[in-house]
Amino acid sequence: MKYDIILAGVGGQGVLSVSAIIASSAMKEGLYVKQSEVHGMSQRGGAVLANLRLADAPIASDLIPLGSAALILSMEPLESLRYLAYLSPEGALVTSTNPVVNIPDYPDLEGLLGHVRTLPQSRLVDGEKLARAAGSARATNMVMVGAASHRLPVKVETLEHYIQTTFAAKGENVVETNLRAFRAGREAAV
Amino acid sequence: MTDMVLLGDEAVALGAVHAGVTAAYAYPGTPSTEILEYLVRYRQKHGGPHAAWCANEKTAYEEALGVSFAGRRAMTSMKHVGLNVAADPFMNSAIVSINGGLVVVVADDPGMHSSQNEQDTRYYADFARIVCLEPANQQEAYDMTREAFNVSERFEIPVLIRLVTRLAHSRAAVHVRDARPQNPVRKPPVASSWILLPANARRQWHDLLGRQPRFVEWSESGEFNHLRLNEERRDLGVITTGIARNYYVESLDELGYQPSHLHIGAYPVPVELVRRLLGHVSRVLVLEEGYPFVERMLRGIVAATIEVLGKESGAVPPDGELTPDIVRRAMGLRERRGQEIPGLSLPNRPPQLCTGCPHADSFDAIKQAIAGFESAVVTSDIGCYTLGALPPYSAVESCVCMGASVGMAKGASEAGLKPALAMIGDSTFLHSGVAPLMDAVAANTDMTLLILDNETTAMTGGQPTILPPSRIEKLVLGLGVDPAHCHVITAHHRDTEENRDLIRKEVEYPGLSVIIAVRECIETLKTKKRG
Repeated sequence: MKYDIILAGVGGQGVLSVSAIIASSAMKEGLYVKQSEVHGMSQRGGAVLANLRLADAPIASDLIPLGSAALILSMEPLESLRYLAYLSPEGALVTSTNPVVNIPDYPDLEGLLGHVRTLPQSRLVDGEKLARAAGSARATNMVMVGAASHRLPVKVETLEHYIQTTFAAKGENVVETNLRAFRAGREAAV
Repeated sequence: MTDMVLLGDEAVALGAVHAGVTAAYAYPGTPSTEILEYLVRYRQKHGGPHAAWCANEKTAYEEALGVSFAGRRAMTSMKHVGLNVAADPFMNSAIVSINGGLVVVVADDPGMHSSQNEQDTRYYADFARIVCLEPANQQEAYDMTREAFNVSERFEIPVLIRLVTRLAHSRAAVHVRDARPQNPVRKPPVASSWILLPANARRQWHDLLGRQPRFVEWSESGEFNHLRLNEERRDLGVITTGIARNYYVESLDELGYQPSHLHIGAYPVPVELVRRLLGHVSRVLVLEEGYPFVERMLRGIVAATIEVLGKESGAVPPDGELTPDIVRRAMGLRERRGQEIPGLSLPNRPPQLCTGCPHADSFDAIKQAIAGFESAVVTSDIGCYTLGALPPYSAVESCVCMGASVGMAKGASEAGLKPALAMIGDSTFLHSGVAPLMDAVAANTDMTLLILDNETTAMTGGQPTILPPSRIEKLVLGLGVDPAHCHVITAHHRDTEENRDLIRKEVEYPGLSVIIAVRECIETLKTKKRG
């Protein structure tokens, strides 16, 4: 089994936390994991990409080859379309519909969402709205993990366990908000 | 012992701890920063080993050298261009008889994700005539770092570990082993081996050259370099180095057979293993991250008897970083395609200053202050404020290397470009801007230096600067800058008009002025508030 995930977003949206939670869960369930991240200059409000590879045998390359990702999971609609060349013909795209408009030439949002809908397997989720309802817009990334959870080769309980672990240091309220966000995302993408 | 999930950088750091390192020193630089960050956290938690940020890579290197002199194990880590700054101690430390193991970790950035060039550090190891290790994965990063200290002590040379961005910033499980104790203090047994007076230096250099065959013998022994010949086929041979092996292995199944393969993880190049491979095949494909270091060696100048494929033949692009797909093509496999939406073109999203960044307010004030001057120049430097080159600011005209803004403004002014403004961050100023400012003081150059003091090393994630902000003004005055033309201002949009007027006044003054624009980085401020 091989399961390659492209994680996309804008610097500051918590892409690396998403990557860490899925990676820890996969490892806990006995899978091999490689997780390639972007640090440094690009993190400053620019496009952020993480390559997460899960498999039941050792993984050689840290980078995902073209056309082999099973999933693009994006925190932002424009960013979700940037890495289509990596998505396998059977692969799915799950993205938040909430744009981060920090460039002057940001395309028409409805046009972007229309493009996403043309893909064979795509799922649009209003991550920010669900995150606010769960208690904080900052939890949008956990809504998106929830929305993707149906497709991930790891158990829901394991993901929830690592959401708890990740946010434990920030207190019970933050943990609960992120768990609610995760569950809301999961429900929205049934 | 146990498995841990580590970045390549962290695997190096923990490898050093478990090898009994006594002290580690560094200046932050992507993609090497996380090595010392890990060690600083480790020290806070466990009380040691010593780990500290330094003024620059040269001072970090020299501090590590002092630890080695004392007989104990030391590590210094930096990004590739950092070794240019530390090149003086690096080249000369190759000639002394290293005492406690000295490991120099250099993280290259092929593809220039966060750098101004993609120089290949393997040339530095060759230049200094020392040993270099090039891990292919996180496990090797850990294992090789441990072994690097042993090799350093056995051969009495610094040992270089070359990382690249994709390994430095990728995580995987690493099997770690029991720690070795630190060395006791013990001065070099031969005192003259560390005093590079010409007579000693000639002897030491001659001795280093004389030991080269032992280094090659070690690299041929097969600990990190592996040759596997396919006795049934004599057409294609493949040489991989470092992480290029991962991309090769990724597509190997599809090739349908296993070509004869030499993997190089340790340099000097294992000459005998290369000869055995080349004697067995008619074509060889060289896959290496960075410059065509091994490929050029094979190609030479004399007509080769076998075909060499690589960066110089066009089989692999000459610049940028390798990817699994570039390697697939070089292996002759069909290109893979993903999904696409015909006609879709997306705007780029370059990195940008954070909302509320003090640099943005400084850019506004500067742009207004120099408006109307026809031959003004604004030189800049390495840091977040380099983003001032991009719209909407388009406020700076140069970014070359650490500290260059100051010397370049001096030269540009002396050549006739006026007013000349240099813009440098506090950490970069302390790294490499002080010496050129001394030149400007000595000449009372007609230029204005703006030190953007955000009280941190921001671009690499907020490491502390080597001096607290309050000391920068004293340092500048101590160099002899006229106090009437040295000002501390607040970089805030409330003060933009006032700042503009002050900059304008100093720009018009026909001598040296220094303006220190202070306001804490918005990111470090947020982190502090979150606790």
